[in-house]
Amino acid sequence: MVDTPMVAMRGVQKHFGSLHVLQDIELEVARGEVVVVIGPSGSGKSTLCRTINRLETIDAGSIEIDGRPLPEEGKALADLRADVGMVFQSFNLFAHKTIRENVTLGPIRVRKASKADADRRADELLERVGIQAQADKYPAQLSGGQQQRVAIARALAMDPKVMLFDEPTSALDPEMIKEVLDVMVDLAKGGMTMIVVTHEMGFARTAADRVLFMADGRIVEQNTPDQFFTNPESDRAKDFLGKILKH
Amino acid sequence: MDVLIDNADVLFRAFGVTLKLLLVSGLLSLLFGTVLAAMRVGPVRVLNVAGTVYVNIFRNNPLLILLLLLFFGLPKLGIHFSYFNLNVLALTLYTSPFICEALRAGVNSIPIGQAEAARSIGLGFTQTMRHVVLPQAFRAVVPPVASVLIALTKNTSLVSIFGLLDLTARMKGLLNDYPSQLWWIFIGIALFYVVIVELISLGAALLERRWRIA
Ligand SMILES: Nc1ncnc2c1ncn2[C@@H]1O[C@H](COP(=O)(O)OP(=O)(O)OP(=O)(O)O)[C@@H](O)[C@H]1O
Ligand SMILES: [Mg+2]
Repeated sequence: MVDTPMVAMRGVQKHFGSLHVLQDIELEVARGEVVVVIGPSGSGKSTLCRTINRLETIDAGSIEIDGRPLPEEGKALADLRADVGMVFQSFNLFAHKTIRENVTLGPIRVRKASKADADRRADELLERVGIQAQADKYPAQLSGGQQQRVAIARALAMDPKVMLFDEPTSALDPEMIKEVLDVMVDLAKGGMTMIVVTHEMGFARTAADRVLFMADGRIVEQNTPDQFFTNPESDRAKDFLGKILKH
Repeated sequence: MDVLIDNADVLFRAFGVTLKLLLVSGLLSLLFGTVLAAMRVGPVRVLNVAGTVYVNIFRNNPLLILLLLLFFGLPKLGIHFSYFNLNVLALTLYTSPFICEALRAGVNSIPIGQAEAARSIGLGFTQTMRHVVLPQAFRAVVPPVASVLIALTKNTSLVSIFGLLDLTARMKGLLNDYPSQLWWIFIGIALFYVVIVELISLGAALLERRWRIA
């Protein structure tokens, strides 16, 4: 078997009105690979992530997940989305559901799991991300770090083939960032295919196989984390790293 | 005071007419208003437009005009309704857009991120609405929907012009027969309306408490 990439983007273009937010995107992410995306604000990182599960449509090019092109709409698209986990900056937990219900909604409604099975699996996952004790609470009763770990558990409950993270720690207080990153590092070590938009260099260095640097809607540079952080090639990347390393 | 006691049976029957009118047109408005809201927030463009046009036409015209139109217009088209049904039809056509807009505001008050999260775990549009957006939207819309129903309660009084013997029609009748008792008659009739409105408010408060997000 030839190794089909888990995610393949070819010649992808995306506009918002006259703004060309994704330009000639070529990207292959291998099974089990962890790719970190960094770049200045407005460079198109979120849009890149969101096109991969079609929360944003693209104008040209193609996107394949595990060898299957993204369906246009309807049931096929929903099925594919179930295979692509997504974790948002603002957690986006379902406010009217308990933590456990947040995690079981997808398995029960989409995967048609029995409630008992879904509950058992949810408790396992919540245990794994360290919030089993809060399973019966509501999202608003949890700290940001805890909510984000629930969001990760909710995505994992679908047994996704690939996980997308869009700045998962940038809405968090500093003391909570680590607890979320720890979960993500574990996932990466466990062989999950991940695309992570983040400026957490520690995470990139410990967990990433590759860093993509984006600017103005293009992938300007990509390299191993070590090479990229110590030896950036493009001026844009040097400039950007100079700015964020000062802090 | 005697006028109220002497005419208690008539008044209670009129109260029944008003209540029945309110219940039937209220329920129909909730149903049709929900359909309209679904049309307006759903993904189908034609339905979006149809919903918007309907809402703008019927919300922006006085109820009296609609009543007159139906009352004199429908028979010309060969359509004959009983007075009761005709009034229910007018009240429903008029009230549904207000329900629709209250529901739509409720749906829009749910952060879009939650709907995106629902879609990203593989729920379709209908499932996302049913399991994530609507349960929360319903909580948010209890107070505005209650206001619409309270307005409907008062709007039912217009039917007195069109042959239904509701509270307001009875008030006019009694005023003719007992001109000296004006204040008592007014207070008596007002009390009935107050009771209805208080019941709606109470129901809303109970629903709000029950659906409160923990
Ligand atoms: N729905 C939208 N409509 C119009 N323009 C948009 C929309 N979403 C994003 N944009 C614009 O597209 C560009 C890329 O946005 P994107 O959110 O992908 O950037 P980003 O790299 O994630 O930035 P940040 O680091 O601030 O999150 C920005 O200029 C943004 O203003
Ligand atoms: Mg972003």
